[in-house]
Amino acid sequence: MDALIPPLLNGTAQGALLLLAALGLSLTFGQMGVINMAHGEFLMAGAFVAYLTQQFISASDISIPVAIPLAFLVAGLLGLLLEVSIIQWMYRRPLDTLLVTVGVSLILQQVALQIFPAQGVPVEKPRWLDGQLSILGYGWPLRQVFTIVLAGVCVAALAAWLKYTSFGRRIRATVQNRDLAETAGISTRSIDRITFFVGSGLAGVAGVAASLIGGTNSQMGAQYIIPAFLVVVAGGIGQIKGTIIAAWVVGLAMAYFADWTTGSLAQVLAFILVVAFLQVRPQGLFTVRTRGLA
Amino acid sequence: MTKLKPWLSLIGIGVFAVILLAVAPSLLSTHWINNLGKYCAWAIVAVGIGLAWGRGGMLVMGQGVFFGLGAYAMAMHLTLETAGPDKIPTFMILYDPLAPIPAFWEPFRSEAFTLLAIVLFPIIVALVLGFALFKRKVKGAYFAILSQALTVALAVLISSTIRETGGDTGLSNFKYFFGFVLNDDSNKLMLYLIAAGLLIVCLLVVWQLYRSRFGELLLATRDAEERVRFLGYDPSNIKLVAYVIAAVMASVGGALFVPIVGIITPAEIGASASILMIAGVALGGRASLFGPALGAMAIGWGQSSLASSWPGGWIYILGLLFIVVTLFLPKGLSSLFGKVVSIIRRSRRDTSPPLPPSPAAASAPPAPNSVPTPEEVRT
Repeated sequence: MDALIPPLLNGTAQGALLLLAALGLSLTFGQMGVINMAHGEFLMAGAFVAYLTQQFISASDISIPVAIPLAFLVAGLLGLLLEVSIIQWMYRRPLDTLLVTVGVSLILQQVALQIFPAQGVPVEKPRWLDGQLSILGYGWPLRQVFTIVLAGVCVAALAAWLKYTSFGRRIRATVQNRDLAETAGISTRSIDRITFFVGSGLAGVAGVAASLIGGTNSQMGAQYIIPAFLVVVAGGIGQIKGTIIAAWVVGLAMAYFADWTTGSLAQVLAFILVVAFLQVRPQGLFTVRTRGLA
Repeated sequence: MTKLKPWLSLIGIGVFAVILLAVAPSLLSTHWINNLGKYCAWAIVAVGIGLAWGRGGMLVMGQGVFFGLGAYAMAMHLTLETAGPDKIPTFMILYDPLAPIPAFWEPFRSEAFTLLAIVLFPIIVALVLGFALFKRKVKGAYFAILSQALTVALAVLISSTIRETGGDTGLSNFKYFFGFVLNDDSNKLMLYLIAAGLLIVCLLVVWQLYRSRFGELLLATRDAEERVRFLGYDPSNIKLVAYVIAAVMASVGGALFVPIVGIITPAEIGASASILMIAGVALGGRASLFGPALGAMAIGWGQSSLASSWPGGWIYILGLLFIVVTLFLPKGLSSLFGKVVSIIRRSRRDTSPPLPPSPAAASAPPAPNSVPTPEEVRT
């Protein structure tokens, strides 16, 4: 059991972090077909917000809870800026949004590198995350529990928002059939903007969580973007439940592979796993049924 | 006019060949010849990307994988050649003086095997990966993400296996290249000429492909894959061929990069290096014949001259380039030329006495590329 349980805990926490990073991506990718390679840099922005908040509120016990909504706001505004300035001209050219946002991500990385020291900045962990939670006789670091809880709260909030509010209804209508939604009087343009704001904001929240686990530097976004995209692709586009399952499975796979081999080989194996999975279900775990051929 | 056009391109390749093979060596210093050789290696990769992405619609964000396969095959051979027969490379002795050389290094002592590996390895990898993805209709953004993930995976794998592959420090300090001393001006010129010559060969290959039936099918697959399928062709095979050719070109580019530059590290094949390869193609014009090669050379020049003297600025330029080119010039700088020509023609027509509107022009259907294909509408 010693070989099985610790990676399970570790993998779940990794999966939760991946889920946080992928959640916003699946929203923007799924709804608008925008492939936002700058999503990782929004995550980075969230992490730096966590650092900056600590510069003003020195007590780390309070600063992290304050940083989470702030990071959501900052990353969301960055996303909104990107949407208004560039992405809105690029609809119906999904592959080109990838290229444009690659450029944006390069610029944001460089900006971060020039503002903050290259080796990164320390984000102090709150004291209430120091301990361990004992479950099944195994110590579970509270930092990991915090990530899992945060991911759970974000997913629940997003799901509730999509399901019960009128915004959510309009978003789902736009995902399912943009033209029909437009005909029904929904302003798909403003829905797109709100979605992009929320999706990018979630990246900021993920950034705060990431800053508590790993380093906070200008390269951290690039680290998360590819696994996050793999999760979205494997989970099926525009499907939150698919993203949840895929994130968890990829997180677990990485943790177990890393336990059996090395961390880097685990990444390679996780990649092979996703490609093999796409052989079985090329459209991902869950798909929105359409009559399209593709 | 349309009949004449491919031959004009051929003349263009001829002029390009004369400039690269005859004019440049006589004008430039050894330092710049070496740099130009490096740009040629990148340009070879770019020609392949132009084929796969510009003509085939597959955004290959992970050509670093194939670049890396070729580069590491060549680098392993050169390392062994420098170490001498039956000797162990120096970097391995540093980590563990007693460890035997890893088994997969052994065949790279052979020159023939190395050359074969440079061509065959990318073919095998591209065939397996392409077959797996294209047969299941994985395309567009999915394909781009997966190919980039693959290149990240390979770079991570190499940087973590420091004993076997040199890790982050990479492989360097080569002294010999197939029996030639590398630190010699005339041998450097020879390397450059090989790179430039292979670039011309690659251009000729894609020139022939573009005017063949295969080239037409590839274009058709890019623009309306389902229609091609309904016409009885298998789009996945067409894409696979283009992908494999692009992979071989990337590998050859990588193999040339190593002796010219003298070092290969995982950073040269990782995500950002692969993005750099894409940047040149996007800048030059992905679907044109010369665009990818010239764009890659321009980016290569920017990378090597600006990145060291003004690193921050270079990244900003690169980022802005992606944004501006994709927003305003999706077909790259090569389309600018056509636009300028048409503007000049139009202005000339405006100054000449107005012609009576020809009935053909008035009733002509809109240009075919302005009509979105069903696929574009759907996505």
